[in-house]
Amino acid sequence: MHYIIVGAGPSGVTACETIRKLDQEAEITLITGQQEPPYSRMAIPYLLAEKIPESGTYLRHNNEHYTHLNINLVSEKVTEVNADDNSLSLSNGQSLSYDQLLIATGASAISPLIEGIDLASVHNCWTLEDARRIAEKAVAGSSVVLMGAGFIGCIILESLLKRGVHLTVVEMGDRMVPRMMDDTAGGLLKSWCESKGVQILTSCQVSSISETGDALEVAIKGSETLSADLVICATGVKSNMSFLENSSIELDQGIMVNKFLQTNIDNIYAAGDVAQGLDFSDQSWHIQAIQPTAVEHGRIAAINMVKSNSCEHHGSINMNILDTMGLISTSFGQWMGVAGGEEAVLLDKKNYRYLKLQFKDEYLVGVSSLGHTQNIGVVRGLIRGKAKLGVWKERLMKDPSRLMEAFLASSMSQA
Amino acid sequence: MEKSLVINPDKCTGCLQCELACSYENEGVFNPSKSRIKVFTFHQEGRFVPYTCTQCSEAWCQQACPVDAISLNPVTGAKEVNESSCVGCKVCTISCPFGTINYNQSSGKVIKCDLCGGNPKCVEACPTQAITYVDADQTGLDKMRQWATETDNSSSTNTANA
Ligand SMILES: Cc1cc2nc3c(=O)[nH]c(=O)nc-3n(C[C@H](O)[C@H](O)[C@H](O)COP(=O)(O)OP(=O)(O)OC[C@H]3O[C@@H](n4cnc5c(N)ncnc54)[C@H](O)[C@@H]3O)c2cc1C
Ligand code: SF4
Ligand code: SF4
Repeated sequence: MHYIIVGAGPSGVTACETIRKLDQEAEITLITGQQEPPYSRMAIPYLLAEKIPESGTYLRHNNEHYTHLNINLVSEKVTEVNADDNSLSLSNGQSLSYDQLLIATGASAISPLIEGIDLASVHNCWTLEDARRIAEKAVAGSSVVLMGAGFIGCIILESLLKRGVHLTVVEMGDRMVPRMMDDTAGGLLKSWCESKGVQILTSCQVSSISETGDALEVAIKGSETLSADLVICATGVKSNMSFLENSSIELDQGIMVNKFLQTNIDNIYAAGDVAQGLDFSDQSWHIQAIQPTAVEHGRIAAINMVKSNSCEHHGSINMNILDTMGLISTSFGQWMGVAGGEEAVLLDKKNYRYLKLQFKDEYLVGVSSLGHTQNIGVVRGLIRGKAKLGVWKERLMKDPSRLMEAFLASSMSQA
Repeated sequence: MEKSLVINPDKCTGCLQCELACSYENEGVFNPSKSRIKVFTFHQEGRFVPYTCTQCSEAWCQQACPVDAISLNPVTGAKEVNESSCVGCKVCTISCPFGTINYNQSSGKVIKCDLCGGNPKCVEACPTQAITYVDADQTGLDKMRQWATETDNSSSTNTANA
């Protein structure tokens, strides 16, 4: 049996390891599409902050890991998949045959179509190669404009500050991290950043970038023109699936999959950022683009590739945790609330602490928080375990901070 | 046979000796806020519940870690954080459905119970034997562990992360 896994992010690597555990005899090929060993995009901010060397971003630290598991690494890119004869083509012109195929090619950063976006000092922050280029320019005392205050933008914000740059953030939306925070939390985060000397321009948009000598001129709709040494663009991503356009695999925002992470073609599966997987909370199909979901997808897809329809995915919880210069925020599930639901809020503006719980009937369905970190994982336990809160619902409505007690009470009553 | 921590909340008097012993063993200070085992108080019922990582077999924390910083100690069965690899991203803290791996602001890394390498100090410190370290068969903790994993959707995938 020949398994081919395309993509060496957390999803693809987890899938290879899972297949190996279940099938000692299988032939496993991991097509990485990159020169570096499999690494984690998530670790890039810590590389930029010089907390780790480049090797610290590797998904597995033992150099022999893949050899030990007898996984064959190929650093080419896949250019085409031919489902009719179970084969795929590589960028070096070679072609390979598979019995089972997993596509875990993730996503790439995309940039808005504005003048100057192709200039040499304008970069995305998505790959190790991007990180190297950013590190070259983002030196102490330099000026950096960061386009986009979404999750990725916010996560690299702190790394850039640690490098000693003067930072201005330009965000099109009216608040920071709109996909993870409400007005209150986004507003608190903004004032926190400003109190640390970072300029945040919300409801503003970079309209063009031009070069004057060594520096960049960044024209901004809604604010004055800035001068910068480097512009980092963190405005959006798109699934890596253009090589599938001529295949018969069904595509939407991402690759369409069923509850077994299987595509419309029986022996082709998809996982991670490229897969339009099931969301636990509302049972809708969309791309979550987070590490835990990528790993979960990779594992479940692999199990089904070895034994078809043996492991059903009931959906992943969308969840994030973000550290912005010491202010830690989280969001879980339906943090924005649900129709017919109830919410409980605890707000301490002065100390930047915020906790909002969302309920539907007797169940917790979502949480967002600022400055609450202890035992925060139980939120996942309560949501995903569909713990019936009973009397604890009222107690949490009165005091949302008693999450851990609610969790213990419900787990003990069911043990 | 592997051993596991067994907690019997009915015997706990809330004296916090376990928290003190844990923080001293791991952080060198007597400071309950740095303890990896926590005693939760249920005022209404007058109950105390000591609680820490169950070293669950799914090891959600380990799976979610982007840089391979959590590994299995083959002798004790504990999931241990490797301080030098941990980048402090905190993804494990939202992935563990038991809330038992936590961020430590002062080190910039996460901390969790590692069974003190097979000689858990909380057990030694507990005057009422509310915490014991015994052969891992059907213990109360195991049942709790089961509850949380059965309700979680990936329970049928245990074979993949044994
Ligand atoms: C800076 C940054 C910070 C992040 N922080 C967080 C965070 O804090 N928390 C969180 O949950 N998530 C975070 N993420 C998101 C997280 O990294 C992704 O969700 C995760 O990497 C998705 O994993 P994946 O395996 O699906 O894809 P990827 O990690 O994107 O891997 C895709 C792989 O496919 C390969 N590939 C692509 N096209 C081809 C082709 N045609 N042929 C062959 N190979 C190909 C690539 O080379 C790569 O190896 C962050 C991302 C970035 C960029
Ligand atoms: S910290 Fe949580 S996920 Fe990790 S082993 Fe312990 S109980 Fe399991
Ligand atoms: S905080 Fe450390 S141990 Fe936890 S997931 Fe991140 S790198 Fe891994």
